Amino acid sequence: MSTASTETSETVVHPRRDNTREPLLEVTDLVKHYPVKEYTGLFPTTNQVRAVDGVSFDVAPGETLGLVGESGCGKTTTGRLVTRLIDPTSGSIKFDGKEIGQAKERQLRSMRRDMQLIFQDPYQSLNPRQTVNTIIGTPLEVHNLVPKNKRKDRVQELLELVGLNPEHVNRYPNEFSGGQRQRIGIARALAVEPRLIVADEPVSALDVSIQAQVMNLLEKLRKELNLAFVFVAHDLGVVRHFCDRVAVMYLGKIVEIGDRSDIYEAPQHPYTQALLSAAPDLNVVRGAERKERIRLEGDVPSPINPPSGCRFRTRCWKAQDVCAQEEPLLEIKSGARQGHQIACHFPEIKDDLATSLENTSA
Amino acid sequence: MSALPATPVAESGRERILEVNDLQVQFPTADGLVNAVNGLTYSLDMGRTLAIVGESGSGKSVSSMAVMGLHDPRRTRISGSIVLDGTELVGASQETIRQLRSSTAAMIFQDPQSSFHPFKKIGDQIAEAYLVHHKVSKKVAMTRTVEMLDRVGIPNPDRRAKQYPHEFSGGMRQRAMIALGLINDPRLLIADEPTTALDVTVQAQILDLLNDLQREFGSAIVLITHDLAVVAEVADDVMVMYGGRAVEHGTAHEVLANPRHPYTWGLLGSVPKLSASGGNLRTIRGLPPSLINLPSGCSFHPRCDFSDRVPGGLCSKELPGLEVRAGDTTRRSRCHLADPAGIFDAEIASTLE
Repeated sequence: MSTASTETSETVVHPRRDNTREPLLEVTDLVKHYPVKEYTGLFPTTNQVRAVDGVSFDVAPGETLGLVGESGCGKTTTGRLVTRLIDPTSGSIKFDGKEIGQAKERQLRSMRRDMQLIFQDPYQSLNPRQTVNTIIGTPLEVHNLVPKNKRKDRVQELLELVGLNPEHVNRYPNEFSGGQRQRIGIARALAVEPRLIVADEPVSALDVSIQAQVMNLLEKLRKELNLAFVFVAHDLGVVRHFCDRVAVMYLGKIVEIGDRSDIYEAPQHPYTQALLSAAPDLNVVRGAERKERIRLEGDVPSPINPPSGCRFRTRCWKAQDVCAQEEPLLEIKSGARQGHQIACHFPEIKDDLATSLENTSA
Repeated sequence: MSALPATPVAESGRERILEVNDLQVQFPTADGLVNAVNGLTYSLDMGRTLAIVGESGSGKSVSSMAVMGLHDPRRTRISGSIVLDGTELVGASQETIRQLRSSTAAMIFQDPQSSFHPFKKIGDQIAEAYLVHHKVSKKVAMTRTVEMLDRVGIPNPDRRAKQYPHEFSGGMRQRAMIALGLINDPRLLIADEPTTALDVTVQAQILDLLNDLQREFGSAIVLITHDLAVVAEVADDVMVMYGGRAVEHGTAHEVLANPRHPYTWGLLGSVPKLSASGGNLRTIRGLPPSLINLPSGCSFHPRCDFSDRVPGGLCSKELPGLEVRAGDTTRRSRCHLADPAGIFDAEIASTLE
């Protein structure tokens, strides 16, 4: 399926959500609550921050799933839960058919080879006192993948793969620029030949021109190595560029999930529509029609006391009584395609939010 | 001032608030002299929004901080001229600059997290800025502060003024920052990446707010950003900077829809589009130049894909001037290419859509 996406953007073929598909990663009802103590009154009370509150999705081999949403919606926590960097409160994570949601660290060790993380900040995710050789060589050593005398060769191979000079193996992170550091982080993740990479905002700390270079690198690696990605990002343009499927999160829940074209061209959930509408569009100066503006009021409510029923109702312009009483389920609505699920009582297709240029230039 | 080249916004009837002429900012360091800004010339009229775009290290923030007089004179060499509302700032005393700061020109910083004092109440910090420039009682200053917080869309301004920065969310803190910037009715507002740390939904609110306030007060705005989509939405004029120099300067439509400089083409190609998916992004190869050792000739030539079309290796020998080129009326660009418009239409335009 990696060859499929080499065609033009219009005809990208990717694994559909159907019965024949074998998911590589299957997440069901994942929950993470953080206890916080509040010291008001006579006795401290313990509240729960519902960072992730019942999230389900799956990722097929070679597929990319984008997780988007505002800060505090739980997208990063989800990424970390999936790789078991933090322990879930409840719920199941199946990787390659094996349940790893509650597995012990010892059992996880072997699975960590198949699942790697790329972090957001290339300045904090590399040990400043280790050379590139040590940084990339350590995973090879831990998993005993390459005999000791071949290790440096392999590191150099990896450096070349991510577009760095193989002669720089003995340098320290501070000798590299931000984009180059992010490449080192990518090489480190690739060292163990993973099948799934969780990328947590991998390009948001970089300049646009460097960002494009790293995006192209990820795209190339994904095709060559048939990697599956869970791609956490807040930049809707980047997600549209890179991801086959997109899940929109709000306050610890997925509100809409579907193929890229579903989310960007026929979004049904009001929050997805608001997000798309808020993103500034470069095509405005080229004479594209200004899309309908939806402006959300206020801030995201506290995840300690999320609103009853639909969590988006406090900022939603369509909210009615039923929204406060009943929580909408994430399901396929009328007019939606296979695999496009929406959690809303009043879904409605708006297709003019992100396709303005295509309409005017056609 | 008569030597000033024609600027893109030389509209009659508007008052000129800022005129920067041949500005140079250098920092002596242990590694050598860092040439952060090298001969920058531009001007800005009241009521206009100028966006300064470029990669990190292109000099966009450094040049604007010079306008605010925020560089330490002991560690910075500044030459050229900055005329803010009729007052020359280069070489002016700290006292003169302090008079102008906040009352004539104010700045909003990128990171609202670290721009407020964490131990002082938001209201007190904003009122302090008002008290410096007005002889009024604290009570009057506080009334004015609450009014301003209300203006920038903070609900319950009375209560909010008595809170500490950590009690504000990122978007609210940025609003408070804008209130602090606007409390003295400045004629020029410099916003340094005001929305980079914010979510898109909040970013849209803040940009709308800046637009509304500009319409209301008629002030001039300098918006420093690397997000071209934001520029497209709010800016009247755009100046693209590279290696401490302006490489293209014109109206937003000219620069973003019909760019003439290869660096602008590269920047535009690097942005993943909201309305298109898949495929490879056009990138600019290589890395931004070292400001200690700027490349000879045109600073961009080592990364430029078109320098081989200029005969005689002129790009590496001679720095092209920032001039109005044939076929343009107001836009200035800095490139040796004989027919950039032709190249753009034939090769670049189709890849950007």
